[in-house]
Amino acid sequence: MLIIKNIHASVDGKEILKGINLSIKPGELHAIMGRNGSGKSTLANIITGRDNFLVTKGSITYNGNNLLEMSIEDRALAGIFMSFQYPVSIPGVNNAYFLRAALNAKLKHQGKSEINASDFMRLIREKVKLVNLDESYLSRAVNDGFSGGEKKRNEILQMLTLEPELSILDETDSGLDIDALKTIAEGVNNFRTETRSFLAITHYQRLLEYMHPDYIHVLIDGKIVKSGDISLANQLEEKGYSWLEK
Amino acid sequence: MPNALAVAGLLFQYRANMKNNQSIIDSAISQEYEYGFTTDIDQEKIPPGLNEDVIKIISSKKQEPEWLLDWRLKAYKQWLKMDEPDWSKLNYDDIDFQAISYYAAPKQKEKLKSLDEVDPELLETYNKLGIPLEEQKLLSNVAVDAVFDSVSVTTTFKEELEKHGVIFCSFSEAVQKHPDIIKKYLGSVVPTTDNYFAALNSAVFSDGSFVYIPKNVRCPMELSTYFRINAAKTGQFERTLIVAEEGSHVSYLEGCTAPMRDENQLHAAVVELVAHKNAEIKYSTVQNWYPGNPKTGKGGIYNFVTKRGTCLGDNSKISWTQVETGSALTWKYPSCILKGNNSIGEFYSVALSNNFQQADTGTKMIHLGKNTKSTIISKGISAGKGQNTYRGGVKIMKNADNARNFSQCDSILIGENCGAHTFPYIDVRNPSAQMEHEASTSKIGEDQLFYCNQRGISTEDAVSLIVNGFCKDVFNELPMEFAVEAQKLMEVSLEGAVG
Ligand SMILES: Nc1ncnc2c1ncn2[C@@H]1O[C@H](COP(=O)(O)OP(=O)(O)O)[C@@H](O)[C@H]1O
Ligand SMILES: [Mg+2]
Repeated sequence: MLIIKNIHASVDGKEILKGINLSIKPGELHAIMGRNGSGKSTLANIITGRDNFLVTKGSITYNGNNLLEMSIEDRALAGIFMSFQYPVSIPGVNNAYFLRAALNAKLKHQGKSEINASDFMRLIREKVKLVNLDESYLSRAVNDGFSGGEKKRNEILQMLTLEPELSILDETDSGLDIDALKTIAEGVNNFRTETRSFLAITHYQRLLEYMHPDYIHVLIDGKIVKSGDISLANQLEEKGYSWLEK
Repeated sequence: MPNALAVAGLLFQYRANMKNNQSIIDSAISQEYEYGFTTDIDQEKIPPGLNEDVIKIISSKKQEPEWLLDWRLKAYKQWLKMDEPDWSKLNYDDIDFQAISYYAAPKQKEKLKSLDEVDPELLETYNKLGIPLEEQKLLSNVAVDAVFDSVSVTTTFKEELEKHGVIFCSFSEAVQKHPDIIKKYLGSVVPTTDNYFAALNSAVFSDGSFVYIPKNVRCPMELSTYFRINAAKTGQFERTLIVAEEGSHVSYLEGCTAPMRDENQLHAAVVELVAHKNAEIKYSTVQNWYPGNPKTGKGGIYNFVTKRGTCLGDNSKISWTQVETGSALTWKYPSCILKGNNSIGEFYSVALSNNFQQADTGTKMIHLGKNTKSTIISKGISAGKGQNTYRGGVKIMKNADNARNFSQCDSILIGENCGAHTFPYIDVRNPSAQMEHEASTSKIGEDQLFYCNQRGISTEDAVSLIVNGFCKDVFNELPMEFAVEAQKLMEVSLEGAVG
């Protein structure tokens, strides 16, 4: 469903991604590992279409469409979701209201009728339990005053509600205690189906213990230097990244 | 109400379909003004210029009593000695007061008794504004006093109000029919010498609205006035007076629009409110005067308004709610003088400065009585090259034991070229006072828009979502009829569902 070919990308004239190739099929969970600053978030931003990155070479297709020509919201509406590494807060905007606006944007895009407030509340009350977030967070402003862990749970809540085809989880594990990590991993695992795909970005191995990725890719200095299965993660745990560097 | 929609139209109806956030923001904030049409009506207009003769003409056209002419002339003499205030953050070229015409009225043969007698062109104008007067009689429970340029044209619902003893009419009519009340209260809250623009208004005011609510009467409906400037190079100087007798209650709403013109037009109104013991006045404004050309900044209304209410009796309450989205310049500080013990003053404001607009607005709360309480909630939105200033004063006088004030002033910036400024003035002369002040400035950031977009929400929806969330506390204060529409607009139905 997602085919990335030889992507080069730069920001402020500095090249950050230096030829990325990656192909994700329906139902697969890919993990990308790499040190801070290796370009993981940049890759996620390129896929989701953030403006301040310039793609200088390469192509990305999503379900056969040229993704790079689509607007940010068209990509989202086509089923691409990103759980942000650093979710922003939106003061004054009710969390549940925001999520309903997002869901309605999707329903409208699919030619379906919008979900009314009470049906939505019924739906969201179920979802909230899955991420172990108190209902009171629904009536607070989006991410405003949320702790790091609460923000991550809120991201996953959005994922579970919007039901994307491709979910990019950018360091969803960092800043979580072990219980929260388990909750979120479980939430993701239960959400997995034969059609839903995932790109999990992390620099810890521990998330992967719970999530069982099909493929692991190691990103160093803007390039995927090695791909493999879960055993690669174990090797990284033992030896670190330096043995992969030239 | 259509007028609430009109505001929203300016603020929230972005019809762009572009990829780039910046260009959407640019187009959103360069929205065309929807109410910029002029109406072809036979006008009766005094040539430009201001002198004693002009004032005499205005007064005689209105067949005013001698005392009122004297009052005007006295104000004029005082005005001549005063200087235009220059303490605000507003930047504008000097106003040439001799280039303005001080009276313009649609030509009419005689006094109108019903809507059928109103010039069809005029009614068409109101229809364009989204105020179908004819339908209003049937559909809504809102009485409308429509002021076209300087003259009050028609008032609906008069009879229904008369049954309750409520007087709601044009100011000129009130001068004829209720001279005693006018004489008693005119200038009692805003004296002629109060400030430069109030003095000018006192000298040349041509019409406005008058409301009188008798003792223990709850006004059975929202009262509403629409102000419209039509004639070119004309100043509009209306005067509004609301008197709420002991134990009475009234909610009043005013809406304003104006045509697009290249030159600036002056609007200098005075509003006086008087609340007696246990009385309550709620005054809401939806101001959508022409803001000037969005690209060049040319034209637009200069809005210099003095609004003040006195809580004269114990336990009285005055509440100002304003949604200010129009005008090239806004200079406006609706204030409360809290004389009665336990009296309450409130000020809820949303002010938008877009493109080349400048707003310097806020309030003054003057605590004189014991246990008086005031609340100030101000929300400033700056976009384009707009400059938005909050200027608010809270004064606790010596005898005002246990006075309390809460002030919250928030600003939001959309884009890089706008500005927000906050000037709170606090003067406490009684040690028992409790003062709370909160202020914040935020920005609709690229990262917030990206976040919304990534969730499938378009930029235009995201901006309105964020701005609506920001203004929520103030919109909630609009009267029911208007809040219903506002709510639809803000799509806050879910807010209630979540609690
Ligand atoms: N907006 C930006 N402006 C300038 N440099 C950036 C920007 N975003 C990322 N970078 C740089 O790109 C490199 C990769 O960053 P990032 O993709 O966030 O790494 P990771 O997510 O792997 O930690 C870093 O050197 C970072 O400083
Ligand atoms: Mg990162």
